[in-house]
Amino acid sequence: MSIEVRHLSKHFGAFQALDNISLGFPSGELVALLGPSGCGKTTLLRIIAGLEYADSGQVLFHGEDSTGKHVRDRNVGFVFQHYALFRHMTVFDNVAFGLSVRPRSLRPSKADIARRVHELLELVQLDWLADRYPDQLSGGQRQRIALARALAVEPRVLLLDEPFGALDAKVRKDLRQWLRRLHDELHITSIFVTHDQEEAMEVADRIVVIHQGRIEQIGTPDEIQQQSASPFVCEFIGQTNRFEGNIKDGWADFGDFRLETPPRLQESAKLAGYVRPHEITLHNQASDNSIPVTVASLKRLGPIIRLGLVSTSGQDIHVELASQQLPKDTEVGARLFATPIQAQLFAV
Amino acid sequence: MRQRSVIPGFGLSLGYTAFYAGLVVFIPLAALFIEASNLGWGELWQTISAPQAVASYRLSFGASLVAASLNLIFGLLVAWVLVRYPFPGKKFIDALVDLPFALPTAVAGIALTALYTPNGWVGHLLNFKVAYTPLGVVVALTFIGLPFVVRTVQPVLAELEAEIEEAAASLGANRWQTFRRVLFPALLPAMLTGFALAFARAVGEYGSVVFISGNMPFRTEITPLLIITKLEQYNYAGAAALGVAMLLVSFALLLIINSLQHWSAKKTGGK
Amino acid sequence: MAGTITTLGNSHAPRISNVTQESRPVRWLLISLAIAFLFLFLALPLAAVFSEAFSRGWQVYWQALQEPDAWAAIRLTLIAAGIAVPLNVIFGVAAAWAITKFSFRGKQFLITLIDLPFAVSPVIAGLTYVLLYGSHGPLWSWLSEHDIKIIFATPGIVMATIFVTFPFIARELIPLMEEQGTSHEEAALTLGASGWQTFRRITLPAIKWGLLYGIILCNARAMGEFGAVSVVSGHIRGQTNTLPLHIEIAYNEYHFAAAFACASLLALLALATLFVKSLLEWKERHERFLASQAARKEP
Repeated sequence: MSIEVRHLSKHFGAFQALDNISLGFPSGELVALLGPSGCGKTTLLRIIAGLEYADSGQVLFHGEDSTGKHVRDRNVGFVFQHYALFRHMTVFDNVAFGLSVRPRSLRPSKADIARRVHELLELVQLDWLADRYPDQLSGGQRQRIALARALAVEPRVLLLDEPFGALDAKVRKDLRQWLRRLHDELHITSIFVTHDQEEAMEVADRIVVIHQGRIEQIGTPDEIQQQSASPFVCEFIGQTNRFEGNIKDGWADFGDFRLETPPRLQESAKLAGYVRPHEITLHNQASDNSIPVTVASLKRLGPIIRLGLVSTSGQDIHVELASQQLPKDTEVGARLFATPIQAQLFAV
Repeated sequence: MRQRSVIPGFGLSLGYTAFYAGLVVFIPLAALFIEASNLGWGELWQTISAPQAVASYRLSFGASLVAASLNLIFGLLVAWVLVRYPFPGKKFIDALVDLPFALPTAVAGIALTALYTPNGWVGHLLNFKVAYTPLGVVVALTFIGLPFVVRTVQPVLAELEAEIEEAAASLGANRWQTFRRVLFPALLPAMLTGFALAFARAVGEYGSVVFISGNMPFRTEITPLLIITKLEQYNYAGAAALGVAMLLVSFALLLIINSLQHWSAKKTGGK
Repeated sequence: MAGTITTLGNSHAPRISNVTQESRPVRWLLISLAIAFLFLFLALPLAAVFSEAFSRGWQVYWQALQEPDAWAAIRLTLIAAGIAVPLNVIFGVAAAWAITKFSFRGKQFLITLIDLPFAVSPVIAGLTYVLLYGSHGPLWSWLSEHDIKIIFATPGIVMATIFVTFPFIARELIPLMEEQGTSHEEAALTLGASGWQTFRRITLPAIKWGLLYGIILCNARAMGEFGAVSVVSGHIRGQTNTLPLHIEIAYNEYHFAAAFACASLLALLALATLFVKSLLEWKERHERFLASQAARKEP
């Protein structure tokens, strides 16, 4: 089931949550809506679900306009950030709820419901918890029960709002991989909202970066990382070093070093160059493409070394490299030369 | 107007709420204002400022102020003891604090009168009169306002983290300094809210007071009783005038209570 | 230190360490003062009710309760509460639903209006109904034409009772439903439940204890109301006297034992109310405690 949204706008009072968003979600993909909090990603998810109505624009399910359809009739599975499990029902009754509220003519028999619930509980590997109440479960267990409950109604799409947001770091990592495997098994079109770029990179087929109610970029994790569409995306996706310069004689010139420019940039434009910590090499000798730096800090994290450098003009530069690539006898206070290998360039 | 919502029943629930609240509260109160306005300003003022009325305000507000102050001091003490110290029978006492909410005021009235008449259990121990004096009114109003301060301070006190007191102690404050400079400011909004609630309740109280006060005009006649007296003399406009005066005071108190609660919530980091 | 079971009831109680503890004499002084105050103002009046009720023996006690006027008063009290409480339950649920599940203009005004009967003197409550429906009021000619009696009759007593107990249920439910938010209802809707199914199977079970709590308090006030009912009743013996009014008349006629006998019934109702209330509060704390325990353990 593919989903498409066209020209969605939504405001709350004076706050513009979504500003003319158009976007397609291909069938069977797992897509992440990624952005800082308050960027509108949850609002977009809730509008797709039918929990919120847009001021203008359309939502299409499989090419069919569903904008005016009630959430009840959209057949979406929604997993809430804090799970929204029904506290007064057992795990079994929670998962069975969607089937048991169907009109009598469409409702499966009691035995069918029980079988389906146990299938789902086995799928999330929690069959042994069927008789417990949500208050007796851990956070990770609640999360998986919430997912089973959403899947019980055989939804056409699965929508997850910050599915790992309320969990602690270790459980979060485990559940991420588990969700990815589950998706590979079920192949149901899924969208999840997150503010954690690492989570989006690890789990999603495709990432939609949203900022201030607008789409900044849509792409695979690699594309987002390596061909960022804007300075915002560059800065949001992991650590990076920003250099300022301009275009001279067809080169991107940053004073100490210069790089090739892509043809889309105009001569003499002001530039921002983003260089990731692992895209810098360090040398003992100066070259015509290097920045003189002093080592301010040095941390060994297993096979990787993290360095904090300060250039002669006072800029902080972060570098990450494999320990064998570090020049010999480097220690705090040493003077070195840093060479950016590649950068993402934007006119500013 | 409102954000469209998927949750059903907005029209039905709000429509019914507005209809019922209008019927039960709004229209009757409007009738009170209309009746009072029949008097015209001059006569309205004359009724409100008549010496008997003024004497009743003095008693109603004065006694309420004294009672609410007593409740402020002892309410803080009771809340403190209930939250901080373990002692036998604590749960029972905690439950009993709400008795004035649950006990009908007429029952409280005759019980307190029986206790404080000169030959009552408490009255015969005292060498001054309580029942049928303004002091009796204070006793009754203290009873009915008792739970307010306790119940507003108790949760705030329970939520205070032990760390802030430990921090104060580690910085060299003694116990009294810690209470006065750390705990007291944190409890103050809740205390004032409880005080205002007790005061507002006391000003309007009728049932528990009429038995113990003796109802002598100019001496032990509270304003609500004066309203009833006027009503029994078929002086509807006069009763309405006093009613409006009291109602305006209630509005003002409600406003103060609301802003106090707002302040309290803000200070304790609540919603 | 404390065992796991005894800390259950007081899961809110802060840790008390030595530096933040008063000395033993100060502690006992404060406890004694508090208990003395509560003894004087709560325990003694309660004891006085029962002591006076039985001061002239069981015989007189039973006789006082079997008097036809007393029976009529009990019946009227039950009728008034029996009508006022259910009506206020329906209102309270509707009001809390509208206020907590939706945002709309004028919400604050509505909340203030709901609070108002708590701030208004019961005497004024009664007065407004007399002014509106009494022989002096704007509706009188229409009412008497259709032979409807409100003031000095049962309808007026019921209406006055509704007024003074009006906020109880709504006030109890609004903070509760505010805290619960709307995500459970939304979850039910995404799973295909209808509006009615959502209310009956999700919302109602989630608020049932809070609702019961409100009903208990509302009922206690409805059965015990004196001021408002006194103004509209007219004190017609055997017809428009509720139990509190019956107590007043007996007391003013110096039938003290009879007055206190009836008062003891209402005092028992108050004690029962406090008991159920404490039970509900304990249950709520207990559930919170269990929930916090479970949240702490990870798989």
